[in-house]
Amino acid sequence: MGILVDKNTKVIVQGITGKTATFHTQQMLAYGTKIVAGVTPGKAGMKVEGVPVFNTVRDAVEATGATVSVIYVPAKFAADSILEGVNAGLDLVVCITEHIPVLDMVRVRRYMQGKKTRLIGPNCPGILTTDECKIGLIPGYIHKKGHVGVISRSGTLTYEATFQLSSAHIGQTTAIGIGGDPIKGTDFIDALELFNEDDDTKAVMLIGEIGGNAEEEAAEWIKANMKKPVIGFISGRQAPPGKRMGHAGAIISGGKGTAADKIKALNAAGIEVADTVAHMGETVVRVLKKAGLYDECKTC
Amino acid sequence: MNIHEYQSKQILRSYGVNVPNGKPAFSVEEAVKAAEELGSKVCVVKAQIHAGGRGKAGGVKLAKSIDEVKMYAKEILGKTLVTHQTGPEGKKVNRLLVEEGSDIKKEYYLSFVIDRATAQVVMMGSEEGGMEIEKVADEMPDKIIKEFIDPLIGLAPFQAKRMAFKMNFGKEVINQVAKLMGCLYNAFIGKDCSLAEINPLVVTKDDKVIALDAKLNFDESALYRHPDIEELRDESEEDAKERAAAKEGLNYVNLGGDVACMVNGAGLAMATVDIIKFYGGEPANFLDVGGDSTVEKIAAAFKIMLAGDQVKGIFVNIFGGINKCDIIAAGIVEAAKIVGMSVPVVVRLEGTNVERGREILKTANVPEVIMAPTMEDGAKQIVELVEKSKKNA
Repeated sequence: MGILVDKNTKVIVQGITGKTATFHTQQMLAYGTKIVAGVTPGKAGMKVEGVPVFNTVRDAVEATGATVSVIYVPAKFAADSILEGVNAGLDLVVCITEHIPVLDMVRVRRYMQGKKTRLIGPNCPGILTTDECKIGLIPGYIHKKGHVGVISRSGTLTYEATFQLSSAHIGQTTAIGIGGDPIKGTDFIDALELFNEDDDTKAVMLIGEIGGNAEEEAAEWIKANMKKPVIGFISGRQAPPGKRMGHAGAIISGGKGTAADKIKALNAAGIEVADTVAHMGETVVRVLKKAGLYDECKTC
Repeated sequence: MNIHEYQSKQILRSYGVNVPNGKPAFSVEEAVKAAEELGSKVCVVKAQIHAGGRGKAGGVKLAKSIDEVKMYAKEILGKTLVTHQTGPEGKKVNRLLVEEGSDIKKEYYLSFVIDRATAQVVMMGSEEGGMEIEKVADEMPDKIIKEFIDPLIGLAPFQAKRMAFKMNFGKEVINQVAKLMGCLYNAFIGKDCSLAEINPLVVTKDDKVIALDAKLNFDESALYRHPDIEELRDESEEDAKERAAAKEGLNYVNLGGDVACMVNGAGLAMATVDIIKFYGGEPANFLDVGGDSTVEKIAAAFKIMLAGDQVKGIFVNIFGGINKCDIIAAGIVEAAKIVGMSVPVVVRLEGTNVERGREILKTANVPEVIMAPTMEDGAKQIVELVEKSKKNA
């Protein structure tokens, strides 16, 4: 179980002949992910790590029946790669690429309206359903099978949280990195909806950061709809206003999007927020114990 | 990326936005010459720094004669302006804009930004010109008018007119205002802006619509397609350490304290700054070395952190995902050789190849480098060590 991807998911790697893509194709295959095709225009007929390469996403879909793609294409061309995945009718496109111009993403989101494709990212580490499917960059070995879902705007904090959970014997269903860009596909509420409906997921760790108000909106949604405990963490308490903190989307502008506001909103929705990054795992344990879910969630 | 007001106005003029005639000046002589060439009865002498609030800080003066232009130029050039946007250290004025004066009837606010929630460009306006938009949003939110723009259509003329009417412009200037909105939108899209703001937008007594001030910010990710904008970068406006870091491909933000940190990943880097503060330290910086660290990059990071005498200790916090701990450890050892460690360095390593990483650091035996068993312990240790070194000094 888990959300969006599982052991049967057939995946295309867009930009497979690039160095990073080739390395991660190898890593994904080693985890057991069904990578069935790669796409690089002009490289059809080649094989990368035994995976056949096609000129277009549509060719790859027709030949393999793949429903998901992951994009490792340079920022100049990545928005076009998303459009190609959407145009080919994929269910899910995961875009790893960082530094896509924001206005390119505005046009991508407009093009996606009314189409069935879901986008994760850009500027994200991808998605991993434990022991079934790894798409993107997330290191597989830190994941243990279990019942907690992880959603994060940050790649390294996804790893950090998962590592702390596994160290505390709390396994995970799916970890999803939604990315650090201001304009993106899947957001907190989309991912929360999916975890809410997933019987295997008993609780969710939500990791946010400064910038925008997606955490505040998620807090309201959780209060009204979520059937499972959510545990929060927000980074950037010390971030000065007007400074971009690494991620394109991590900026306090006009006094809005501060960590304090986000923590306040989450607390107001009854969500416990870890006080430091070192306490994410133990905060989850404490909440699970309080909810009577600890024994069930202690899976590793 | 930010540019100066006079540069923003040059760009806007090229898109058909009505801006006052004016010239940049780098010296008192140039300012006088500019005023003479403008030949306007009244001139405005404006400090050019990358921050708002210049008027209140004495950086904008109305001159009624060439002598006054000379006097104000002398006064403002070289002066350090402290505004609500500069921080307490302020910003030194190296450039002026000398502009013809305008006879103002009424001031308005107009801007374009990206709206995250709708993934669209939004046009925002208010008839409370001259005020900061955040203040208007807090105090009278119903005074802010918005139009969301479909990227496939662009700003439709009906939207521009609707906006102009809602902002209570007189009907004699509606078409002028709508045209200006269209030009500003074209500039926003054409140059990949993240902000295009005119505050104030004014109607003059003879019913001309003029962008009296202008501020353009640009999407860093799109600069590759705008070499003309990249050329406008004023390095004297940027923090020296931040600039040096950017050149090495590092994400660095100076936070002013004395406990530095070096981290992989933006989220963990922000959280590391937070945890240093949580245990009572004053964070010196945010520093993300990224996912593909090399020995050279890590050495460069140490060099930047240790430049000057700001930093009294460094916390290295690494979760090796794609980054491997042994590579990071080798980088630290190498950096110690190249740069020389003048302050204590507490290292927390976790993740891929952590055992090998710890072994490398142990074997190298750099006296300043201390291994921390956990992140929490590492944060506490570095704060204590810095406190101790300050007491001893």
